[in-house]
Amino acid sequence: MYRSAENEIVEEVENQVHPPTSITLKINGTETRLHVAPWTSLLDALREYLDLTGTKKGCDHGQCGACTVLVNGKRINSCLTLAVMKEGTDITTIEGLAQGEALHPLQKAFIEHDAFQCGYCTPGQICSAVGLMNEGKAKTRDDVRELMSGNICRCGAYTNIVDAIEEVMHTQPAPCHE
Amino acid sequence: MNSFSYSRARDVAAAVDEVALPERQAKFIAGGTNLLDLMKENVMHPRHLVDITHLELNTIEDTLEGGLRLGALVTNADTAYHEQVDTRYPLLSKAILAGASPQLRNMATNGGNLMQRTRCYYFYDTATPCNKREPGTGCSAIRGFNRIHAILGTSEHCIATHPSDMCVALAALEAKVHVRGPHGDRAIPFADFHRLPGDTPELDNNLQPDELITAIELPPQGFADHHSYLKLRDRTSYAFALVSVAAALELDGDTIREARLALGGVAHKPWRDPEAEALLIGKSATRESFQLAAEKILQGAKGFPYNEFKIELARRAIVRAFEQALTNEK
Repeated sequence: MYRSAENEIVEEVENQVHPPTSITLKINGTETRLHVAPWTSLLDALREYLDLTGTKKGCDHGQCGACTVLVNGKRINSCLTLAVMKEGTDITTIEGLAQGEALHPLQKAFIEHDAFQCGYCTPGQICSAVGLMNEGKAKTRDDVRELMSGNICRCGAYTNIVDAIEEVMHTQPAPCHE
Repeated sequence: MNSFSYSRARDVAAAVDEVALPERQAKFIAGGTNLLDLMKENVMHPRHLVDITHLELNTIEDTLEGGLRLGALVTNADTAYHEQVDTRYPLLSKAILAGASPQLRNMATNGGNLMQRTRCYYFYDTATPCNKREPGTGCSAIRGFNRIHAILGTSEHCIATHPSDMCVALAALEAKVHVRGPHGDRAIPFADFHRLPGDTPELDNNLQPDELITAIELPPQGFADHHSYLKLRDRTSYAFALVSVAAALELDGDTIREARLALGGVAHKPWRDPEAEALLIGKSATRESFQLAAEKILQGAKGFPYNEFKIELARRAIVRAFEQALTNEK
């Protein structure tokens, strides 16, 4: 979302009525303090205030899954989450999955299995897959398909996405990221 | 989304006090999955949100009567996967897992699931009249594209459906909704929680604006041996029901001792008819018996130009769901 001069004026007026709240979030392992309005979604806080633009805004209504991040290890839609309500939580975004130059196994598998074309849904798909593995409920290919249904891929890379997840799931049954 | 002020409630009493000030036009927020969506669409515009996520309503506990008490703030995912729920009330687990997506189920709470609003397109579209959104403006669905709308209990003012899967199972299980208001606690039988539209379609349920859901109580009888939740929709995952059926049986050999039947996607509330269930008692668990119950519960069903198909779909789905309940398949 581009912040135009007009938006900034509106924001300034609203800030006088409802002063921003100061919150602390642990984002990708780093304690981060920021000032947000009550209506700032976690998605907008990540993208607009912290420049963590890996998390994508797709539908902004909880239907596409592009904004999926992990809060205390659980996958959620950051577009339907108010940042102020997540004070004190531990948030992992796509930027927090790799260890330095070493990609997360799911990131590697997505590349190896050609699990994307345009890539817009990919950060959400990968965070969702990390959440799926933490939950440990998916046993079969059909389970993976069902439990990844909250992530839409406009390019239709579903077959390869499921291949990538299945491979990591079967080589790394234990939770791979908390 | 409109601007609003925000506060975090310390305890249940404080939460009720905070939401009760009428000039605040306040709403409770927990999972936020439906409320924030509706606020982004400018369908709902509270001036204040009371965050209840820190209240201690997040446990699942046995009741003295031998049932289970589900805290209002336990997420739908944690409820569905809870060992006791899954073992003793698998109908409820299956219904929850048939709804929404894993991300949404990780956010959405049990209390919020009851409070979610219809997905009628016209309710969401602020450019069109809607009696639920703006009483007195008219119903766009009655003469509009009404494929997803109700066939039972409609009124000339509203033909919206309740979107929940979880609530269909809770209706079949005869759950109770525990609420706290400024004057204390009360328990609402599930059948009396949601409303039919009548001439006040703006009211989805009988919860007062200053009351907070604290828990959902499940009675001891969970129908773990013979149950089925059958959900029919336009795609096999992550879609609202066109018709869904919660069916449960208690059998003595081949004879039906007790039966429960609730429908989703067909009315403004989960639809039950005790007479349809009574018809099954003492009968053999056969297709013919299930057809009788289906005829009875659908008596008075009225289709609209685009959803007439739901009547036959529901009839067949009921029979299929009972047949599945016999063997607990899927």
